[in-house]
Amino acid sequence: MADKQELQVQEKREAEKAQEQTRPLRAFLPTADIFETEEALAVVLEMPGVDRSNIDVNVDNGVLTIEGRIDFNKYEGLQPVYSEYNIGPFRRSFRISSQVDQDKIKAEMRDGVITLTLPKAEEAKPRRIEVRTG
Amino acid sequence: MIMGYADPFETLFAFQRALENRLASDWLGTTTASMGTYPPVNVFQQGDDLVAIVELPGVQKEDLNVQAKENTIRIAGRKAIDYPENVSLHRRERLSGIFDRTLVVPMQIDPDGIKAEYNDGLLALFIPRAERDKPRNIQIS
Repeated sequence: MADKQELQVQEKREAEKAQEQTRPLRAFLPTADIFETEEALAVVLEMPGVDRSNIDVNVDNGVLTIEGRIDFNKYEGLQPVYSEYNIGPFRRSFRISSQVDQDKIKAEMRDGVITLTLPKAEEAKPRRIEVRTG
Repeated sequence: MIMGYADPFETLFAFQRALENRLASDWLGTTTASMGTYPPVNVFQQGDDLVAIVELPGVQKEDLNVQAKENTIRIAGRKAIDYPENVSLHRRERLSGIFDRTLVVPMQIDPDGIKAEYNDGLLALFIPRAERDKPRNIQIS
């Protein structure tokens, strides 16, 4: 049913800066899906134009930050004549709980979409508790 | 004295400003017949030719359909998002569905010469200007 839906443009939102940057370059917020399975938390971000070598993922103080840079050389010699979206690096941060095993975070990139898998720490996984009849 | 160094970001910044200025330009204007405004398109000039760069993250190449006739280019397809079973969604911002968009380019193009590339979620269309549309130098005798 969802497939019949007609797609609408999502306006690119500019990333809010925690600190002001020294360069007046604008970064954008990648659109994100976050979902949780029994084993892991998955963060999926859309970063069109970013290839896998231009992505930084890091976890610092419980904050997961994803940055994607644009290879600007591809735009060399191109004169804009019509524009519907702006181009710039992507950046977004999420606060993650300590229930995530931060050393086992995996990232996978495909068609401008990055999927981060954040496995839950052993003690955070749901446990089935047997109920025995006495 | 402070010297200006070549700053790789300065070009990108200038480019961002140029794109900003082009927003709401009427270059394609009302000639863009479409079902919707998705996907967003940027059009560039490269010498005589045009390059259209379309943002389509997460679309499978097989689900993309590009057609060209005279000076009209149609970009249609479907974007599917599969969530694994038994998940709880915390945040859902990505959209999925069908799209169908037609661009009418305000110049004569060579529809057979259009090349399309899909990489990293960007569809690039290289649109050559028709030979007969190029300006000619007139010899003065």
